[in-house]
Amino acid sequence: MKTIKTLFIAILIIALAPLNAQTADEIINNYFENTGGLENWKNLNGVKYTGEINLGQMVLPIEMIQTKKGNTITKANVQGQDFFQEVFDGEILWGTNQMTMAAEKSDSETTDNYKNEMNDFPDPFIDYKEKGYAVELIGNETIEGTETFKIKLTKEPIKVDGVVTDDISYYYFESENFVPIVMEKEIKSGQGKGMVIQVKFSDYEEVDGMYFAFSINQGVKDQEGSTMISMKTIELNPEIDMAMFAFPEATVITEEGK
Amino acid sequence: MKKLIYLLAILTLLPITNYAQDISLKGKELFGGMQARHIGPALMSGRIIDVENHPTNPRIIYLGAAGGGVWKSTDSGTTFNPIFDDYAQSIGVVKLDPNNPDEIIWVGTGEIWTRNSVSVGDGLFKSTDGGSNWIKVGFENSERISSIVINPNNTDEIYVGVLGALWSDSEDRGVYKSLDGGKTWDKILYVGLSTGAADVIMDPNNPSVLYTSMWEFRRSGWGFSSGGKTSALYKSKDSGKTWNKIHNGFPEGDLGRIAVAIAPSDNNILYSVLETGEKATNGLWKSSNAGKSWEHLNNDFGLTVRPFYFSRITIDPKNPDVVVKGGLNGSISRDGGKTFKSLGNMHSDIHDVVFDINNSDVLYSGTDGGMYRSWDGGTTFEIVENLPLSQFYHISVDNEIPYNVYGGLQDNGSWYGPSSSPGGVNARDWNSVGYGDGFRVLKHPTKNIIYSEMQGAANVWRYDVDKNRTRTVQPMKRKGDPDLRFNWNAPMAISSHAPDRFYMGSQFLHKSEDMGESWDIISPDLTTNDLTKQDQSSSGGLSVDNSGAENHTTIFTIAESPLDENILWIGTDDGNVQVTKDGGKKWTNVTDNLVGIPANTWVYHIEASVHGKGTAYAVFEGHTTGDMKPYSLKTTDYGQTWNNIISEDVYGFVRNIQEDYESENLLFLGTEFGLYVTIDGGENWSKFENNMPATAVHFIDLQKQTNDLVMGTHGRGVIIIDDISPLRELTQEVLTKDVHFFKNKPFIMLEGSGFSGSFGAETEFVGQSKSRAARIVYYLKKRHTFGKMKMEVLDMEGNKITDLSPGKSKGINVINWDFNKNVPKMAQGKTLSFGGFTSPRVSAGNYKIMLTKGKKTYEHIIEVVYDKNSITNSTERKEQEALTETLFNMVEDLAFIVYEMNGTMDKAQEVIKNDPKGKKKAQQAYNALNTLLKELVVTTGDNYVASAEPELREKMGDLYSNIASTYDKVSGSNKDNFELISEEFDTAKSKYQVIQNKEVKKFNSYLEKSGKELTKLKSKQEFLEK
Repeated sequence: MKTIKTLFIAILIIALAPLNAQTADEIINNYFENTGGLENWKNLNGVKYTGEINLGQMVLPIEMIQTKKGNTITKANVQGQDFFQEVFDGEILWGTNQMTMAAEKSDSETTDNYKNEMNDFPDPFIDYKEKGYAVELIGNETIEGTETFKIKLTKEPIKVDGVVTDDISYYYFESENFVPIVMEKEIKSGQGKGMVIQVKFSDYEEVDGMYFAFSINQGVKDQEGSTMISMKTIELNPEIDMAMFAFPEATVITEEGK
Repeated sequence: MKKLIYLLAILTLLPITNYAQDISLKGKELFGGMQARHIGPALMSGRIIDVENHPTNPRIIYLGAAGGGVWKSTDSGTTFNPIFDDYAQSIGVVKLDPNNPDEIIWVGTGEIWTRNSVSVGDGLFKSTDGGSNWIKVGFENSERISSIVINPNNTDEIYVGVLGALWSDSEDRGVYKSLDGGKTWDKILYVGLSTGAADVIMDPNNPSVLYTSMWEFRRSGWGFSSGGKTSALYKSKDSGKTWNKIHNGFPEGDLGRIAVAIAPSDNNILYSVLETGEKATNGLWKSSNAGKSWEHLNNDFGLTVRPFYFSRITIDPKNPDVVVKGGLNGSISRDGGKTFKSLGNMHSDIHDVVFDINNSDVLYSGTDGGMYRSWDGGTTFEIVENLPLSQFYHISVDNEIPYNVYGGLQDNGSWYGPSSSPGGVNARDWNSVGYGDGFRVLKHPTKNIIYSEMQGAANVWRYDVDKNRTRTVQPMKRKGDPDLRFNWNAPMAISSHAPDRFYMGSQFLHKSEDMGESWDIISPDLTTNDLTKQDQSSSGGLSVDNSGAENHTTIFTIAESPLDENILWIGTDDGNVQVTKDGGKKWTNVTDNLVGIPANTWVYHIEASVHGKGTAYAVFEGHTTGDMKPYSLKTTDYGQTWNNIISEDVYGFVRNIQEDYESENLLFLGTEFGLYVTIDGGENWSKFENNMPATAVHFIDLQKQTNDLVMGTHGRGVIIIDDISPLRELTQEVLTKDVHFFKNKPFIMLEGSGFSGSFGAETEFVGQSKSRAARIVYYLKKRHTFGKMKMEVLDMEGNKITDLSPGKSKGINVINWDFNKNVPKMAQGKTLSFGGFTSPRVSAGNYKIMLTKGKKTYEHIIEVVYDKNSITNSTERKEQEALTETLFNMVEDLAFIVYEMNGTMDKAQEVIKNDPKGKKKAQQAYNALNTLLKELVVTTGDNYVASAEPELREKMGDLYSNIASTYDKVSGSNKDNFELISEEFDTAKSKYQVIQNKEVKKFNSYLEKSGKELTKLKSKQEFLEK
């Protein structure tokens, strides 16, 4: 009897879910509600992701840290060497040059654009109105074979090769559970300009009462090949040595100082 | 969180309610991650209809193609990307809102240069986000939209010119106006059922003033008519409320197509090109008083040629005396239209030209052969190289590895190229095999000979590729024969039973047993032979246009049964289906047996089935009578009875059908708006949209060895769906499983290892090649979103070989494994050892694919085999594999030694720094190890030109890489080098052992005695764990 009652409620909820989720705000609210609660998301101060990146023939260990202050770091290890990408201390964005293995700063336009992301931790949809962002429900769309709500997110404008440009991305929230499963964004500069980056999220798992995607697969839409990042652990509010974000201005490499 | 867990828990109960219900998946739900790939070609590109500037940003250019959709450039026309793939690809006009050009784009579909082969549109579309998303505004029945005009002071005030139906009457023609941004529309100018709006333009300084040219025209399957009493040029001064003809100076009598343009820099100056049928009045007219009166200026060929095809005037935005007119070569005047010269060399048939908004030296030109740029005012042009807009009429494939694709193109000859090529299918991979308009191109089944043709079978070429010799072999009229009537797109076929046998169709079926050297007619006239449809000498209306494109009452399709060489089917453009069972002695006209097909509907394709001698499919299309409905029938009794196999799912008329060679229920349908697939014999059809634009699919072939579905599209080149065999297995039983792995043939480790230069790829279209990896295909009943899911390759003993990145889409997923194991773990050095990025290949044999989804695992066993064209024998290969493994292990042994050394050295440094008592022993250990380390790995320099001399790690890594990556036997040089490196490694290990027994031992002994923690090191197994 209990099973039948539960089943009835289940069908009712599922039948009503699409009707209830008529606006972008409701979809976003459901997303936060279903993944740990908006307050818990807002209370996060930092997240440390540890996992590996599968490049096909090679699997590299990686570590990523993001903080509420906007600091970020991504570190991959190749043959025992640490490679840093998108390291940001709030002012300087830097990464490892693969030829010299030394740290180099990003160009000022990229850095300025990156600064825009500082208020996006841990999720750009949190308080999006206060941040001056706009969201729009584009409609229902089948992607990854499944029904989703397609939401357009417009953030602070960025500069692309000197021209002020809207910063637009599209998120696809699975209708059944309201978590984002795909994000798309047009590549604005460089060789792939005009193509669309497609990031797929899956393997959501609970971490201290909140849900995170443990698998992130990034590629170019409609092109073969992609890169998968698999998380092994996700640590919330980790202890962080802020020095790691700083650009290593005076790195002196000596033979003895290996 | 609780809500989510609750939701997930109850969702798992849901299948109970669905028990025993059939699962019916359609479209993206079914095809999941199965993707089409595009191979172009783009080197000859295809027809461009409309080019549109951004009003303020010269970097942004849009173009609308005849059959290839809308493309956007953000780099001043250097490269373009498609932005309209989900909608009808035949474009009439692209327009940016002058008030918000970054976001609001309007697209009117349906080509307006009304040649015989044009496709159809599907209405008016609008984007409010720069082309990322589109909504259909309406005008579903417009067929072709020629003009969109927006008030520069009011975004909501929009005018749309509907040229309308080409082959039928239409009340949808005329000029429409919206005052609410396109929500509602009023028809503000309508002349009649046959007369559409060709040009609608607005005065740049006064948005109340509009000019419209109305054109009376009609095409049929057998003729074209341009001109009539209702063609006229109108002006409105009150935003379209009232319209008046402005013909002061124009000749009396019928007019044809009228082009009109207003000078952006002087709104009193108008240019118009009239089609009058009279040389004295044909061509360019000019008004210098906003249309009050007109003066005739020029009737050069360049201005008057084929008005239905070329009717675009462009005026330099800064200079009203600089005028460009589309035409065979395009013409430019710099004296206000008095005289013209041709534009510089580019592909002929120039449909639209625009000037750069700031620099009139820069021109963009849309032609039958793609988009061109000029930097010197139109004297020289260069082609845009990344527009794969090629318009195939027909394609075929051969059985080479990789197979080649053959086909003919609208105004771009005949070609063949590889379906796959190292580094992608480039422009240089394509080979020309015919001139003019190209249609059918067929490869001789056993000889390196290619047949191709040009329009109306004026030439049918037999090209001996090896000898580089060409001769023409078309059937010719013999004594006593009537004139032969070949379709513009004349049918050819080769026999699958007798390789030299070659068929062609005029009104008769012609057969040659000697590759076209001699021909026999093996049928009576199989058409209706309706004489009223056979006079093309006056086709064209005011301007005679007898190109042969309207030849009618001809055979259009020939199908020989793959099961019986005596069973032949033909279909004609005037609606006949005829069959012979005795090689042409007796023909049966089965047209009367067709069901639901209007009389005289074009028989576009017949597919003789492999599933039964009497089985065939026929597709019919009536668009040349204005009938846009899809038709396809199946017979199993030689045409005595037919069944409809089209469902309501199909939108757009049908040009082709392809059956699967194994599953009779699996069929592929080429429609005007894309590809449809049925897995139940036509009860239900699903549109395939994964990287498949809504482009016209003119011909489909199924390559027998690979099961690749190859499509010739009329606007997006060749598009391929690799290996459709999983679709054969889609039964209800499969669809109800949580996970299902599809069967696969043994995977071949192909050994080709040539070079692939990427020169030119920065701005050139490069088609996607087929992966040579093992293609693992599986079905998921539900998209995997929550919980862990991973995929591994294991050997049959369960040892992990490598991890794969599984797709998680609902429906079909496709994952490639390149037969590689993981790379070895390399010793840490100052720089990278590039040899360490080489993965060893697996040996032939069986492997398990293990999919873990939550707590459940699913296994699939695959077989990997060596290339039968391998250049090594099994003994040599075993040696190569064994040495690869030996070196792999040596590389990892060295890595572990270096790891131990580094660990000990770190510990020694710690002691040196903090413990004066132990400093001496620590320093001795450190120094000994550091000296050896410099022999083992590079400790200075960088990864580029400041690199250090290679040490053991680098030398060992390079040798490992050389041997692991070759498909050849291990060379003598390799063996000599291996001997050297093995000795060096043995020496290094001995040295390390000596240091361990001496300096390290003393250091460790000190640590132990002084109660300090020993060096913490992982075991070798822990260290190597991946």
